[in-house]
Amino acid sequence: MTMKVGTRQVDGVTIVDCSGRITLGEGSVVLRDLVRDLLSKGNKKIVLNLADVNYIDSSGIGELVSAFTTTKNQGGELKLLKLTKKVNDLLQITKLYTVFDVKDDEAAAVKSFK
Amino acid sequence: MRTFQPSPAYTQTTSFMAMTEQRVSYTLDSSLETIDSAEEKATKIATELGFGEDEVMQISMAVREGAVNAVLHGNAYSPEKKVTLAFERTEQDLVITIRDQGPGMDLSKIPNPLAPENLLKTSGRGIFLMRSFMDVVEIRPSTTGTELKLIKRVHGATAGGKEASR
Repeated sequence: MTMKVGTRQVDGVTIVDCSGRITLGEGSVVLRDLVRDLLSKGNKKIVLNLADVNYIDSSGIGELVSAFTTTKNQGGELKLLKLTKKVNDLLQITKLYTVFDVKDDEAAAVKSFK
Repeated sequence: MRTFQPSPAYTQTTSFMAMTEQRVSYTLDSSLETIDSAEEKATKIATELGFGEDEVMQISMAVREGAVNAVLHGNAYSPEKKVTLAFERTEQDLVITIRDQGPGMDLSKIPNPLAPENLLKTSGRGIFLMRSFMDVVEIRPSTTGTELKLIKRVHGATAGGKEASR
């Protein structure tokens, strides 16, 4: 299953609903292009909802890091929402769980932006 | 014991040995499709050998990362270069070998992705993930390519019993 994304606005925060796989190739490119597009349009408060992401490889992890740093470098914030166990485990063993701001609740994630 | 039956369309060589020892190998193009295909084969074989769900995920992801290295960093997508992928079930182990025909990996350039200065790098986690998920990871570079060996112990394996191994 390739990656699919949809975006919606909640109180000035862009929620990106991701589903499928974030892997080398199409999945990584979709995420990269979307985040760049959001930032170029001034959407700098971004939440990646990963509830339906069932697989991610090292390239996908790299894309999450890239999205995080790109957003931060442009004065924005990017947070992760609702990690599946597999993605959570990967972020734990790569020590990235402490880098990302990870939320379990969408309303709390939206409120957490300054 | 259930045996894993490779698809004839992809089979380069197949040699079934004793009930506890089987080997199958594939010769694949240096393409993105190969990476997905390698992962699918690993998932199928690990499942059929009776590994648990988490172990199947670990094995398939390690194979995927190995295939990524072979296709991208080894063969650099060259249509003239092939990737060889082999699965071997020994009495105690599932041994997976991935060979490329690239210039040979420089082991001194493998980063530690957990180092603070590397934490926010967008690449360099593949070998770390393989080492996290497999019992043994051996990398043998040469001027004609790199051979990667991934080994997962078949815990509690007996003489050919899938159910007994779990």
